Amino acid sequence: MNTHAKPWQGIVLIALVLAALPFAVGLGMGNAWVRVLDFALLYIMLALGLNIVVGFAGLLDLGYIAFYAIGAYLYALLASPHFGLHWPTWAILPLGALVSGLFGILLGAPTLRLRGDYLAIVTLGFGEIVRIFLNNLNSPVNITNGPQGIARIDPISIAGVPLSKPLEFLGLALPGVYLYYYLFVLLALVIIFISLRLEDSRIGRAWVAIREDEVAAKTCGINVRNVKLLAFAMGASFGGVAGGLFAGFQEFVSPESFSLMESVMVLCMVVLGGMGHIPGVILGGLLLAVLPEVLRHGAAPVQKLLFGKVLIDPESLRMLLFGLTLILVMLYRPAGLWPSATRKRELSA
Amino acid sequence: MNVLLEAVGINKSFGGVQALRDVSLTIRQGEIYGLIGPNGAGKTTFFNVLTGLYAADGGGFSFDGQPLDIAAPHLVAAAGIARTFQNIRLFANMTALENVMVGRHLKSRAGVIGAVLKNAGTRSEEAAIERRAVELLHYVGIADHANALARHLSYGDQRRLEIARALAMEPKLLALDEPAAGMNATETGALRLLIEGLKNDGLTVLLIEHDVKLVMGLCDRVVVLDYGEKIAEDVPEKVRRDPKVIEAYLGGAVA
Repeated sequence: MNTHAKPWQGIVLIALVLAALPFAVGLGMGNAWVRVLDFALLYIMLALGLNIVVGFAGLLDLGYIAFYAIGAYLYALLASPHFGLHWPTWAILPLGALVSGLFGILLGAPTLRLRGDYLAIVTLGFGEIVRIFLNNLNSPVNITNGPQGIARIDPISIAGVPLSKPLEFLGLALPGVYLYYYLFVLLALVIIFISLRLEDSRIGRAWVAIREDEVAAKTCGINVRNVKLLAFAMGASFGGVAGGLFAGFQEFVSPESFSLMESVMVLCMVVLGGMGHIPGVILGGLLLAVLPEVLRHGAAPVQKLLFGKVLIDPESLRMLLFGLTLILVMLYRPAGLWPSATRKRELSA
Repeated sequence: MNVLLEAVGINKSFGGVQALRDVSLTIRQGEIYGLIGPNGAGKTTFFNVLTGLYAADGGGFSFDGQPLDIAAPHLVAAAGIARTFQNIRLFANMTALENVMVGRHLKSRAGVIGAVLKNAGTRSEEAAIERRAVELLHYVGIADHANALARHLSYGDQRRLEIARALAMEPKLLALDEPAAGMNATETGALRLLIEGLKNDGLTVLLIEHDVKLVMGLCDRVVVLDYGEKIAEDVPEKVRRDPKVIEAYLGGAVA
């Protein structure tokens, strides 16, 4: 009885913390910070998707944000006045996963023989191509509305209730950012669950085997082509779902949200947190999504306090500290902040 | 005895170097078949062609009565040929147990949906994979290190682990590429017992080896390659006395 009680206690505790978190953050620091949390959750989903490709299968993908873009634009096109379509959320999100997954295969297929640096360059190109397409597909036929982006996207709604408006609940008005938070937490948990299950499976072992030694994996009977494509597709589908959520949450998408910098950011989350280690990747996503905001808001007041005036523009300071952090982490914790036990041994040996 | 593997006229060249020239050989069910020859004779090239890592320029194989598709390594593996490598190729950062579990890939089928749902079928399959992997680690004698990373095992144990991973595929033919390379006398003795045990369990073994004593003592038949050509194929006692073999190893008489 006792042995069974413990994991459940843990789960209940985590559930309570996750449920209370937006209230603690919102009441303590304002709803803008709940919004930051929402974005952190989106980044966690992205990082977990990229972790499958980079962390498990060892395929360095520098264009991952393209799948986020595809999911986001799919949502935008199917639920906005742009084409006059207003599909329901529950239909678009799975479709987004599917379409992004297909694009994942489309990217994977021609790159199967590439590894390491070469693969990185091709995927980087793919990411840029998608962004440039989105930027230019406004003529001769206006599909993406070009650099202006698509506005007035339908907010995500569940059972007819749009999440953008406050919801009266037990005499408590829950603002939209809270509602999105709960939806994102739920979906992030689903993605974490899928990641954990995949990691500890025949498929997960095949991915890691390919990462460790592709030739040996082949002679063990692993169809390397299919298993790699599966990794690309699974990773991309997570990105597609996150993209759809992003579009519905922002109610606006434009190509500039999907720059190379974003791909690099997500990759940093994976590497910094601990490649291939799911808790580490979650930590990486959370830190890299929240810390820049902390700096953005905290840098100016702290400087005023210390020097009486703002010496360095918070925006440049943010990137400076960000770079410094990355260098320090790579120097002192090369396996990431929270590496898997295996990875830690690998780098210390 | 039944023929398990038949190679007919295998050719392979790299640029101007003919690494294999019309090599034909037959391996019978249940025997230990040695493949020997001086350095550069084409032994490993033959292995790589057989297991689909190199594309042959000509010739073909029949295996267990069927033409063998050597277009891709995983097809060869699926047909029932497992191999090890001269310079050990383990999944270095996986545990010994996980390495052997990867070897069960072909003998299990759970896909993404099975993995995510982890239904009864997947659970029992996973349990069976792990059970078999543990058995095999016991069989090759490294069960104590099941949870050690492959890269932390001693050299001899890594060789054994590679064999265990290959055995996990339940092959009809086990191809060992210089399993005794770099081993000391004790380790070689233990390896010999292991291979004899495999034969007693009914497995057919194709063995590349430089340790002539090991080959002569262990193999039922031996083929000798020299400069990519087969120069002899017979029982060890006869091959040992074959003048062409002696010439290939020791150099020909002058004038």
